[in-house]
Amino acid sequence: MQLLMGNEAIAMGAIQAGVNLVAGYPGTPSTEILETVARENDGSIYVEWSVNEKAALEVAAGASYAGARTLVTMKQVGLNVASDALMSLAYVGCVGGMVIVAADDPGPISSQTEQDTRTFASFAKIPVFDPASPEEAFEMVQDAFAISEKYNTPVLLRPTTRVCHGCASMEIDAAGKYRNVPKGFVKDTGRFVIFPRTSYLNHKKIEERNPQIGDLFSEYMGNKHKVYGDAKKPKRLGIATSGISYAYTREAIIMDGYDKRDFSLLKIGTPFPFPAKLALEFLQQVDEVLCMEELDPVIEKELLLLCGQHHLPVRIHGKLDKTAPCAGENSVELARCLLADFFDKKVVEELCVNTGTGADRPALPVRPPVLCAGCPHRASFYAVKQAVKGRKAVFSGDIGCYTLGNAKPLDMVDTCLCMGADVTIAQGLQRVEPDTLHFAFIGDSTFFASGMTGVVNAVYNQTDIILVVLDNSTTAMTGHQPHPGTGKTMMGGISEKVSIEKVLLAMGVSYVTTVNPFHQKEALRAVEEAAACDGVRAVIFQAPCIAVTKPAAGFSVNQDKCIQCKKCIRDLGCPAIVVEDGRVMIEPSLCYGCTLCAQVCPAKAIEGVGKERGACDK
Amino acid sequence: MTNSCLLCGVGGQGTVLASKMIAFAAMEKGENVRTAETIGMAQRGGSVVSHVRVGGSIKSPIIPMHGADVLIAFEPAEAVRCLDYLKEGGMVIVNKKAVKPVTSSLAGSEYDGKEMLSYLQRKVKKLVLVDGDAVCAKCGSAKVLNMALLAAAVKAGALPMDIKELESAIEKRLPERFREINLKAIHMTEGEVMP
Repeated sequence: MQLLMGNEAIAMGAIQAGVNLVAGYPGTPSTEILETVARENDGSIYVEWSVNEKAALEVAAGASYAGARTLVTMKQVGLNVASDALMSLAYVGCVGGMVIVAADDPGPISSQTEQDTRTFASFAKIPVFDPASPEEAFEMVQDAFAISEKYNTPVLLRPTTRVCHGCASMEIDAAGKYRNVPKGFVKDTGRFVIFPRTSYLNHKKIEERNPQIGDLFSEYMGNKHKVYGDAKKPKRLGIATSGISYAYTREAIIMDGYDKRDFSLLKIGTPFPFPAKLALEFLQQVDEVLCMEELDPVIEKELLLLCGQHHLPVRIHGKLDKTAPCAGENSVELARCLLADFFDKKVVEELCVNTGTGADRPALPVRPPVLCAGCPHRASFYAVKQAVKGRKAVFSGDIGCYTLGNAKPLDMVDTCLCMGADVTIAQGLQRVEPDTLHFAFIGDSTFFASGMTGVVNAVYNQTDIILVVLDNSTTAMTGHQPHPGTGKTMMGGISEKVSIEKVLLAMGVSYVTTVNPFHQKEALRAVEEAAACDGVRAVIFQAPCIAVTKPAAGFSVNQDKCIQCKKCIRDLGCPAIVVEDGRVMIEPSLCYGCTLCAQVCPAKAIEGVGKERGACDK
Repeated sequence: MTNSCLLCGVGGQGTVLASKMIAFAAMEKGENVRTAETIGMAQRGGSVVSHVRVGGSIKSPIIPMHGADVLIAFEPAEAVRCLDYLKEGGMVIVNKKAVKPVTSSLAGSEYDGKEMLSYLQRKVKKLVLVDGDAVCAKCGSAKVLNMALLAAAVKAGALPMDIKELESAIEKRLPERFREINLKAIHMTEGEVMP
């Protein structure tokens, strides 16, 4: 038996299905899928981190045209980036099986939106699988390849965070592994060159095909209709659910003993095309239905549609009639509350509010995520903050660890929208507020993913912004993946590093300077110089993430010299600097010896042996 | 027989590896296991939890409220934060050392965990205090805190395994260079069972 995380199970399922090429862009909660394929790769699978999700999907589409089975991985917002390619590919179709995993994040726990990839699937008119557990994800990815090849269409698999990051003990039989040998690309312009006329014809075909897939799905084992108790009893209740909510619902059913009652349970594993026949069978047995699903009311709407089409007098409860919450993730508690109300019109108070700990509970310290001790972003933000002190400035931020620069005391992120938007939001702000200094902060991986076009836009349209590239030699937030600037690839090779400085110069950025942010004096001067120029200028702060470098010897506070001004704490907000018994101390297990606090201390009371933090050790 | 264990702490303290060790040890005994972790932004110094559930009838990877047989807390305030997960009569294993959040240092409030520990003593009947700092100091590494807390939980009978089974999981699943120090931490740990 193996303990597999949902993401690992998806990867193992793809390998089992004979996947030939895997491409993706890191994003929580999807990242471990591609990493697992790379780790388990026997050398026969091509694996790459692409620069962004659109590139990944297109690389996979090309390989699929040539008959390869391909897997594309991303988080849900990554699908927005890839959607241009996906919407057209849905019409063109694929040859080799192509499965796109877009991981949704109810809560959201680590995302910008609570968008629902099931809705995206119906928008793009392509099938989608929605696994309820790691075990099911392993099976479904293989079934998705089969459906993709049978109907020559890309297929979506959309796990959610609790499936992606939940582990289960599983048995994997490697003997049944499928082997796919790509037949090579066969030219067919009528098929592979998208034109308005062919799109009209393809649209018709898709609309004819999808109900057929829906019928097939009515027989699929990932969709279930289970009858509890007496199926003929009048006034029967029904529960419709999917994904992790199915697990929560079943747990609640067992905990509160509903398994002895008369009701029907519909579990949907393929929300689009909807398994209408199976759902109709369920609806014909019940008078009232409770929908337990996360994000959009997808099942709820499909059931309402079926009731309308078939004149069924069934009342459907869920998000639309406000029975279930419209946002956030579900839980066993929510399932228990909703079931108690649904079955017995009962309110379970002890589950609706946290009462277990009592009113005398001491106030808990707030623990928001923060930049790590030793993080180079702290030094970069601090240098910019010091350089523009007293001047009017706006700081546009972006997606990555450095979004955490918005927290006090740094308070250096005024906007954050989506990948790459820092550069362009700053340009829009500058058009309206030309007298303000406009800084745009972008990480190295984000720069390659979607920052470069924004920089060209700035140069072309002659705006006046200061781009600050926070180059920590890795994609840190998602767990340290390589990118074009690192030169490392997922096939274990080393390619020519793409130089951000050279890219910026080639794009026509007038002033580009690279500096180590832990050299605060030089860093400050670099920002001051850039601020004094006009046009598009760039400061590249280069120092590796603490996770890809070895810590230097830690620093400590010389209590004889410390004047207790607490400037280190008030200015930097480093988690390693604490107050103990009224004195400022540095927690040795957290200190990375970055030297920043020693440079900030006015009394020179923070002592240690600094190490040059300019190079990456790993 | 099922066992649900919630591990809670601060990002970076090693809760994930500890949850994996419980899972591995249980799997060696032929048990089915489900776990769930905090991964992503919250890991950066935020509150983190790992859920480990052992037993065939379990459906949800997340432990329901008042559903945990044992709470292994790497930090006193995190124990209090997660106390609603604990079953009536469940056991709490808690590290005595507080991790001070940046927010409290900035606000000038001196959170030191003592208030949390006395609250736990009032509320929890089966409480085991662990001097994680002392074990780490003896082993010469802050990274063994997770094994120290696991050992205290096993020694208190809170997990479905004995100390030999935990050792065997470490020997089988950890890279060789980490084994000795982690086994040492297990032997060094003596939890202080509160009356």
